[in-house]
Amino acid sequence: MAKNILIVGGGLAGTIVANGLCRQLAPQLRSGEVVITMLGTTETHMYQPGLLYVPFGRIREHELFRDQRKVLDRRVIFHVDPAKHIEVAKNQVSTEGGRTLKYDYLVLATGSRIMPQSIPGMAEGAHWFYDLEGARKLRDALSKFEGGKIIVNANAPHKCPVAPLEVTFMLYDYFKGKGLLDKCEITYTYPIGRLHALEPVALWAKPEFDRLGIKYETFFNTEKVDPEAKTITSAEGVTMPYDLLVTIPPHQGAQVIVDSELGKGGWVPTNTKTLHRDGSTNVFVVGDTTNIPISKAGSTAHFEADVLIDNLASLLTENRMARDYDGKVFCFIETGTSTGTYVWFNYTTPPNPGPPSQMVHWFKLAYNRLYWLSAKGLL
Amino acid sequence: MQTIDARGAFCPGPLMELIAALKLSAIGDQIEILSSDKGSAADVPEWVAKVGHKMVGVTDKGDHWSIIVEKAK
Ligand SMILES: Cc1cc2nc3c(=O)[nH]c(=O)nc-3n(C[C@H](O)[C@H](O)[C@H](O)COP(=O)(O)OP(=O)(O)OC[C@H]3O[C@@H](n4cnc5c(N)ncnc54)[C@H](O)[C@@H]3O)c2cc1C
Repeated sequence: MAKNILIVGGGLAGTIVANGLCRQLAPQLRSGEVVITMLGTTETHMYQPGLLYVPFGRIREHELFRDQRKVLDRRVIFHVDPAKHIEVAKNQVSTEGGRTLKYDYLVLATGSRIMPQSIPGMAEGAHWFYDLEGARKLRDALSKFEGGKIIVNANAPHKCPVAPLEVTFMLYDYFKGKGLLDKCEITYTYPIGRLHALEPVALWAKPEFDRLGIKYETFFNTEKVDPEAKTITSAEGVTMPYDLLVTIPPHQGAQVIVDSELGKGGWVPTNTKTLHRDGSTNVFVVGDTTNIPISKAGSTAHFEADVLIDNLASLLTENRMARDYDGKVFCFIETGTSTGTYVWFNYTTPPNPGPPSQMVHWFKLAYNRLYWLSAKGLL
Repeated sequence: MQTIDARGAFCPGPLMELIAALKLSAIGDQIEILSSDKGSAADVPEWVAKVGHKMVGVTDKGDHWSIIVEKAK
């Protein structure tokens, strides 16, 4: 009997896992001993980091998308048929389209999504760039904007920890480029007591904000937005007026995780080293949907996926796990429209960013193109 | 009681994990957060007081802190 590996979610993590397994299990796939199936929600794969450039008109929308079947190895059976119910006790997943798929190993890679609707008034009163529709609306709002109070508002939890800082610097450069800087006041809000979760990044950002005249409000967790009065209020009791509110809404995991009772808020309790779902030996979790307390980022998904590929291949061929995930995360940080920096850390090594440089910025832009190679498993 | 083991978690870090977990909790629920970061032992109580949740306790466990918070609003 063939061993079935079922991957739910065809975003970055699921795709890297599928392609990596195809490389490591080529003989088993050829002989039919192993079958890899993926369930996804759309025919296309979206490059999410590219959304940051949409509001500024610095990427063409078609550059964000590829045909998922072309990104995936041909040996993966891909169904555009979202998982509806995941039954780990029965080793099976049922789909919206009426399929019931049995598995020997299950990989949960359903990512995370924005929940602006979870905060009163946010969906109506704020702009965001974390999905294409939001990014387009923000692009339109920016093109009409003639100056005023801009608030960049980050909420917990959210994926891509550097995006709030990046978009702030990019807004600054954008207004400067349009000659609007003297008519604009930018205020950045952040949930905890400093400007960024990573202490060295926070320490670096503060003098940069001071130098550029960007204001900030820390310990700010949005409680409500009043779209009529154009004000935003925090749970800490601060209310601020705005003309343009750019928010990073709080996130949750996928609905199917909640519906299948696999984790509160869609976050699946996951072993930090083996990536097993807590309580399962044949269910693994990868990418944003884990509850591991580290950055929800593409690089996290990538490093976790690499470990999972080795472990699944070893389990299938030698019935043993190969190695542990060490918590590695690596992030490029755009520090404006022409400079960038980077930072990495793991469970035991604290972060330490390098000085911003133009070279790193170009590297990040290059990475934007390299994403597809990485998804294909070639990096 | 839910326990979040945020030891060695540099980003987003213990306080951010706590804020996220409280959003999914009901009033009266207690959450324990384990942190190896000295800063959080001070940061968490400061934030909890600002928002108006209840600090149940901070215990020094040698190589980490255990911080227990009750959702009050
Ligand atoms: C604006 C923006 C900028 C970013 N910038 C960066 C960056 O610079 N660097 C970085 O490292 N990361 C960045 N990220 C974060 C990065 O994109 C994510 O962390 C990464 O995509 C996580 O991979 P994932 O596979 O876990 O989730 P995703 O890539 O989101 O994939 C999850 C997939 O699961 C699918 N799915 C959901 N429910 C179901 C279901 N029921 N059945 C089947 N499939 C389902 C979804 O449709 C989706 O395709 C950014 C994200 C955004 C939004």
